[in-house]
Amino acid sequence: MERILTYPQAILEATKNEMSRDESVVVMGQGVDDPKAILGTTLGLLEEFGPQRVFDTPLAEDGMTGVAIGMALGGLRPIQTHIRMDFMLLAMNQIVNMAAKMSYMSGGRLNVPLVIRSMIGKSWGQGPQHSQSLYPMFMNVAGLKVVAPSTPYDAKGCLIAAIRDNNPVIFIEHRLLYYQKGPVPEEDYTVDISKARVLTEGSDITLIGVSSMAVECLRAEKFLKEVGLQAEVIDPISLNPIDIETIIKSVKKTKHVVIVDNAWVQAGFGSEIISRLWENGLSSEVKVKRIGFAATPCPTTPTLEEHFYPNAKGIASFAYAMLRPKEKAWEPSTKLEIEEIEFKGPF
Amino acid sequence: MFDQKKYQDIYRTLYLIRRVEEEIGRIYPSDKIKSPVHLSIGQEAVSVAVCSALDERDAVFATYRSHAAYLAKGGNLKEMIAELYGKQTGCAKGKGGSMHLLDPSCGFIVTSAIVATTIPLAVGYAYSLKLKKSDSVVVVFFGDGAVDEGAFHESLNFAALKKLPVLFVCENNLYAIHSHFLTRHHSDNIFKRAASYGMASECLKEDDLGVIYQRTKFFVDQIRQGSGPAFLECYTCRWREHVGPNDDFHLGYRSEQEVSHCKDNDQLKKIRAEIEPSVIKKINQKVEQQIEDAFIFAEKSPFPGKEELMTDVFKD
Ligand SMILES: Cc1ncc(C[n+]2csc(CCOP(=O)(O)OP(=O)(O)O)c2C)c(N)n1
Ligand SMILES: [Mg+2]
Repeated sequence: MERILTYPQAILEATKNEMSRDESVVVMGQGVDDPKAILGTTLGLLEEFGPQRVFDTPLAEDGMTGVAIGMALGGLRPIQTHIRMDFMLLAMNQIVNMAAKMSYMSGGRLNVPLVIRSMIGKSWGQGPQHSQSLYPMFMNVAGLKVVAPSTPYDAKGCLIAAIRDNNPVIFIEHRLLYYQKGPVPEEDYTVDISKARVLTEGSDITLIGVSSMAVECLRAEKFLKEVGLQAEVIDPISLNPIDIETIIKSVKKTKHVVIVDNAWVQAGFGSEIISRLWENGLSSEVKVKRIGFAATPCPTTPTLEEHFYPNAKGIASFAYAMLRPKEKAWEPSTKLEIEEIEFKGPF
Repeated sequence: MFDQKKYQDIYRTLYLIRRVEEEIGRIYPSDKIKSPVHLSIGQEAVSVAVCSALDERDAVFATYRSHAAYLAKGGNLKEMIAELYGKQTGCAKGKGGSMHLLDPSCGFIVTSAIVATTIPLAVGYAYSLKLKKSDSVVVVFFGDGAVDEGAFHESLNFAALKKLPVLFVCENNLYAIHSHFLTRHHSDNIFKRAASYGMASECLKEDDLGVIYQRTKFFVDQIRQGSGPAFLECYTCRWREHVGPNDDFHLGYRSEQEVSHCKDNDQLKKIRAEIEPSVIKKINQKVEQQIEDAFIFAEKSPFPGKEELMTDVFKD
């Protein structure tokens, strides 16, 4: 029998695994030792590993990121958490000016093994300051690794790999992914944090979704099947560096690609992918489309928010229009079983 | 105050730093050093006094104005000059420059061109030492400008909260670039603010090497015994311009008198007076040779090749 875990259970398991294996792994962040335990992802760590290795921090994002970097220089492997990615803006100075530069500006004499976990919020009125997804900013910085896995399996494997990595890794979790369940082996394993994963194979169109948008793409793939179209869904996992080979291979086959950002479209992941495709000689014969947040701050009220985010139906409609340009527009009808999709593998 | 050997050690370091920086100033117009230099001339006593009170096992974090602290902690002189020249043999292979000196082999860990950024790093480093039950102490140097930044306050709070083995040393030269402290703050009370976070804190107004040494020694001993952090505010005086090798009295933000007053209190002269002239002569000769060798080393060293551009972004 396959062992099924939720996404947060996978995160917790990875953390426990590494903390047990390596004494230098430390977890720090606002609320990591409180009863809610970062939506369960740090539950029980305090009891198991003690207050020196698991500790709450003052509300001082910039300073505490500097502290984490200093800890890493001193031989620890800190995991710092931000319950919302928006709060990371206060830590940009330390992340961009210090963590990302330390190895290079020391001529390789220093390095910062640091994982910064952060969550993207969405819906139920998160509003403009609790819903941001700032990975394009980090994608632009040399010296940072950025990962955003969408499945529980990859969440565990990528987090273990990130903790063992000798460099700063921005680890991005979407809150809606916390409802995802999937097979997660009990044993210790890593997932290569520089590689994309093909979630479903198809020959008509490539759908690439960042973080929770990979799940929307899987839903879109199901909708498209109903009209006889086979989508290949890719979870890029790594946003910096980008595994462009996997994407090129897919697009060469399908000649159509929709890239769904989990952020604003301009200067986003989609923009980067399309540039790379062109640079690699895939230009006129490939049809491309970028989708992402509306170019506005995120509205709080549901009636506006609904139009702010991309969704599976919209992605499917775009894909359909791209593949069947002469036919009239199509929008799939709601199907509960598709709404509740869980990713089951294979890996 | 010191025994003769300690006087000579301290003099040697002070003289080395003063002369190295004068040489940097002399060579600067040739444009062989293609990056900003922030000289410590006039301020050396703080670095030398504090570092003389430390052991090899202790760690130092500092700023872009760190030639003095680097050398005082025992940083390699040849690698420093080569770094300023942008050479492959520099302490950071030329990728850092004057504002990013480091020599982890002697405990001189990180410097940074962004004001206040190394303060939390020092605190985090102290956290790792505490976790490892090490008896090393961390010292972090920063200017009065760093007190303006949030990271300063965030760091002091956390260090006190966790009782970390760190000594904060504020080199208060009264100015952040050309802005006087009192144009940036309501009151001249840096050390009191530090105390309010929960640590022992003192202000040393006289820029006296012996006093700074003594108070550092006192605090470092306490910290080693587990007292938690401490804070030293040291008044000092930058003789040259904020960045670059020249005077800056023409700018009018401070008077020549203000600085000449400091020059009367030159700690190099004061320490020299404690040593036999014949010994001084020998020390000077040796130091001059060392400096000449370092500049020749830098001149002769190769620049990094193109292949170096892409290395060291990440560590495997
Ligand atoms: C965060 C940040 N803001 C502004 C600057 C520009 N800057 C460089 S040095 C400096 C003055 C800092 O003064 P202080 O901390 O007193 O150090 P000093 O130069 O006097 O040694 C400023 C404002 C900077 N490097 N970093
Ligand atoms: Mg100053």
